Amino acid sequence: MSGVDQHSWEQVTEVCLLAGKIMMQNGGETYRVEDTMMRIAAAFGKANSHSYVTPTGILFAIDGGSPGTRLIRINERSTDLRKVTLVNDVSRRISRGELTPEEACRLLQHIDKEPPVYRPIVQVAAATLASGCFLLMFNGTAADIVPSAIAGGAGFTGLVLFHRYVRAKLFAELLAAVVVGALACLFVSLGFGHELDRIIIGAVMPLVPGLLLTNAVRDLMAGHLVSGLSKGAEAFLTAFAIGTGIAFVLSMYVG
Amino acid sequence: MSMITYAHEALPLIGQAIASFIAAAAFGILFQVPKRTILPCGIAGMIGWIAYVLLDRRLDAVPATLAAALIVTVVAQLFARTYRIPVIVFSVAGIIPLVPGGVAYDAMRSIVQNRYDESLPLAAKAFMMSGAIAIGLVLSEVVNRLLLPSSAKSNADRPQPEQ
Repeated sequence: MSGVDQHSWEQVTEVCLLAGKIMMQNGGETYRVEDTMMRIAAAFGKANSHSYVTPTGILFAIDGGSPGTRLIRINERSTDLRKVTLVNDVSRRISRGELTPEEACRLLQHIDKEPPVYRPIVQVAAATLASGCFLLMFNGTAADIVPSAIAGGAGFTGLVLFHRYVRAKLFAELLAAVVVGALACLFVSLGFGHELDRIIIGAVMPLVPGLLLTNAVRDLMAGHLVSGLSKGAEAFLTAFAIGTGIAFVLSMYVG
Repeated sequence: MSMITYAHEALPLIGQAIASFIAAAAFGILFQVPKRTILPCGIAGMIGWIAYVLLDRRLDAVPATLAAALIVTVVAQLFARTYRIPVIVFSVAGIIPLVPGGVAYDAMRSIVQNRYDESLPLAAKAFMMSGAIAIGLVLSEVVNRLLLPSSAKSNADRPQPEQ
């Protein structure tokens, strides 16, 4: 690659930070985010760069004559693995020298603005299906599939709605778990459902912080102690919120 | 109140396979994976769960979880290479069925009912099982680095194949 040094550090930093931000906001692993940012910088001729990625903010600096280090704050995190994949593709194209910083920046901005592929209604349907299947996998009786699926779907709907209006993730998760627990208890007391425990376990699975947990462990093992611990804390808090919600309903119901 | 047993005998293996496939694929949708990877996500979840069910008959739940998590991530790495997509897309959907939701639930329920003595071993077991998933994930990465020939070692799932 010739003439790569023409790219100004501002442009390169901009592209790197945008790529990092999108990946981190949508559930990428910390090591992948750091790696991607440094590879993009290297492809644009900035061989030595430093990225420091945490779940709540990214610091990025290029060695040499560049006058500044830049910081980007990450306020909201959700899960959209398709965007992680798309940024990965863009980074690969940059490495092959197919994109200039301006083009890459435009592509990334486009990815950032894209709405999720699966609308909430599709996700609710998926959560409903998953809950029914989990009930079977935990050896529930076939008669409990429908109650578990309904409770799971309603719980996930609750999560989406509460999150939209309350804007506090932890509280939304707690309320969603309360919805799951309350519906399961209602079904069992009406005779519609049979085994309360299994219905609840199946229905609560869509709320489980599986991605956070996996990422936390991978980050810790890769030596990203700060990110690993903070993602672990987020996973723990989510699990705690779900447990509290269910425990609240159970203590009312079984006493 | 009797404890729940998690012996996987009620549903025949083929039923378990179908249920875990649908569950893992549905989780792919919850995580917004690209459309063309939904089927592989389901397959990864199915392979992991069937491995767990079969191993759980002979082993304790913790080593069974470890082995199943290892198998899931090895499968996920293979898919990642084939599709040239970050490995997390496949591993996270595949791991979900192994998460010890049932044991954690039992532990939590014992605490709610003031049976702290029963809750502690259950909580420890849930913790051990999540730890086993973690170790399985890491182990597979080591296996991946060691076993694959150096030409394939250039990290197909990484942003850039070679420098």
